Amino acid sequence: MRREGSPFSGIGTVIMKELADNLSSARMRLLELLVFVTGAGAVYATIGGIKETIGEDPFVFLRLFTTGHEPLPSFVAFLGFLIPIVAIALGFDSISSEFNRRTMSRILSQPIYRDALLFGKFLAGLATLAVMLVALWLLLVGLGILLLGLPPSTDEVMRGLAFLVAAIAYGGVWLGLAMVFSVVFRSAATAALACLAVWLLFAFFWQMLVPLVTFWIAPPDPYDPYSQLHTINVGLGIARLSPNRLFAETTLAFLDPSTRALGPVLSSQLEGAISGAPLPLSQSLLLIWPQLTGLLAAMVLLFTLAYVLFQRQEVRA
Amino acid sequence: MSEAIVRAQQLTKRYGSATAVDRLDLAIEEGEVFGLLGPNGAGKTTTILMLLGLTEPTSGSALVARFDPLRQPLEVKRRTGYMPDQLGFYDNLSGVANLEYTARLAGLPRGEIYPRIGAALDRVKLREAGGKRVSTYSRGMRQRLAVAEILVKQARIAILDEPTSGLDPQSTREFLELIRLLKRDGMTIILSSHLLDQVQSVCDRVALFNRGRIGLAGRVEDLLSDVLGGSHVIRLDAHGSGLAEAVGRLPGVKRVTVDAGQLLVETQGDLRPAIARKVVEAGGDLLTIVASHASLEDVYTRYFEGMRDAA
Repeated sequence: MRREGSPFSGIGTVIMKELADNLSSARMRLLELLVFVTGAGAVYATIGGIKETIGEDPFVFLRLFTTGHEPLPSFVAFLGFLIPIVAIALGFDSISSEFNRRTMSRILSQPIYRDALLFGKFLAGLATLAVMLVALWLLLVGLGILLLGLPPSTDEVMRGLAFLVAAIAYGGVWLGLAMVFSVVFRSAATAALACLAVWLLFAFFWQMLVPLVTFWIAPPDPYDPYSQLHTINVGLGIARLSPNRLFAETTLAFLDPSTRALGPVLSSQLEGAISGAPLPLSQSLLLIWPQLTGLLAAMVLLFTLAYVLFQRQEVRA
Repeated sequence: MSEAIVRAQQLTKRYGSATAVDRLDLAIEEGEVFGLLGPNGAGKTTTILMLLGLTEPTSGSALVARFDPLRQPLEVKRRTGYMPDQLGFYDNLSGVANLEYTARLAGLPRGEIYPRIGAALDRVKLREAGGKRVSTYSRGMRQRLAVAEILVKQARIAILDEPTSGLDPQSTREFLELIRLLKRDGMTIILSSHLLDQVQSVCDRVALFNRGRIGLAGRVEDLLSDVLGGSHVIRLDAHGSGLAEAVGRLPGVKRVTVDAGQLLVETQGDLRPAIARKVVEAGGDLLTIVASHASLEDVYTRYFEGMRDAA
């Protein structure tokens, strides 16, 4: 049976309201403060280390993001941790809070479809993330220009923008996950804990689990190099189920132009290659395309799951 | 009689093996106040949600303002205002901001939103409180804010789910007065309640729900006379023998029962003088005599008890 009317009517209103809520909530202010302070701290510390080698590196600005300065990890490593936290904070109670505030049935009795509510909330969350990341990125580039006394090259700016897109997609995956839990669990605390459990799994335990599972699925034969290669590839496949791993590889390809491969490379494949020579952006993009589409696909998939679950839910609490 | 503005045919909703609404037929005329009455869990809210297109019926069909809530929910929701029984607003926003959000969702033209909100707040006497956060509102004020939302939308049909539950007597009276005002504007009002006596005064017609079915429907007076046979209940405290029989023979007396040593006489009209005379003539001592209007509560109890006994 077909329903009539646009599923998008009212979506602009929902986006504006949610955006206003997100940007003005105390929760977001705290997280933004946390992200900005850690980000600026990491970059500031890195600058001190970079200054010495400034003349030798054509990609100084990218080093700013990727180099860690003991004991601080690099800026991108920080983001790999913090983006999921921010995305979870944006999404874990987005649907359940409407039920708990008992506003759901009143909102849905307006001439809009549920699609508009869910999609509007998702887009508003994504927009909030984007605003935060772009502001952060601009701030750090500015800090770099100020302290290094060098402008970034066009290639560096393009790579930085590509990295931003990847970071937003990575945030979208976690936002999608948080929204799934916000639909499934009526209690916000349960949803938040479930989100954090998944985050912990991928951030810390996944890399410990991968070798265990790999050796169980594809045990290497010590006398057969091909079976060893197979084991490595299976291990990589499993590791790449984690959005964190996908994001890490994407940032590596974008922010380190000398990255040529993300898996095992046979020495025959390296013949004629100049080691350490940077790739053009288009080649880096080609290299990372599967990871990037993987991130986007995960985001779409999670959103769809939330959508289907939400459509089937009864309105009455 | 004009054409029905809300019509339901064989509307059924099942949750698993439980049937919430069972083959419901309903026709509501434009401009009337229609009461869906019955205890909690009788299927009133489910019926309302199906009429609004917020819940899919298992079978059967409905037509609201000539639109099918299942296929054209946006058209239906444009013309109906809904006040849920679990009423909530965004507490951190002001009353006006809450109304503005729903007005925008309803797609009202930008220039009209504020004038309409102002007029609606005047109607429900919330003009001063409009700028305050909803978290400071009392329950009665929230109910009125919900009515303002319906006014802003200029809905033709207002569906109020348990509008008076949890209100003190004073607020209830005010709220019922508000409903009468809306009716005067020509709005069709459907309200559900488990407090039968409270709403019987505002309803033109009522439907009595019991376990997902409408047991009885019609005008309140008709139901009173059809089911109870009388319009008044007279409570009589008198001593003497054979009084019940004597009173029972009076014209206009439908039924006499004994309740805690007192006589309960159901009559057509207020027959206190005639009954008092009869008691004295029969040699009885009349201590007190009190008349009250028969209520829907009595109708409900009588009717569904009768059904249970028959079953």
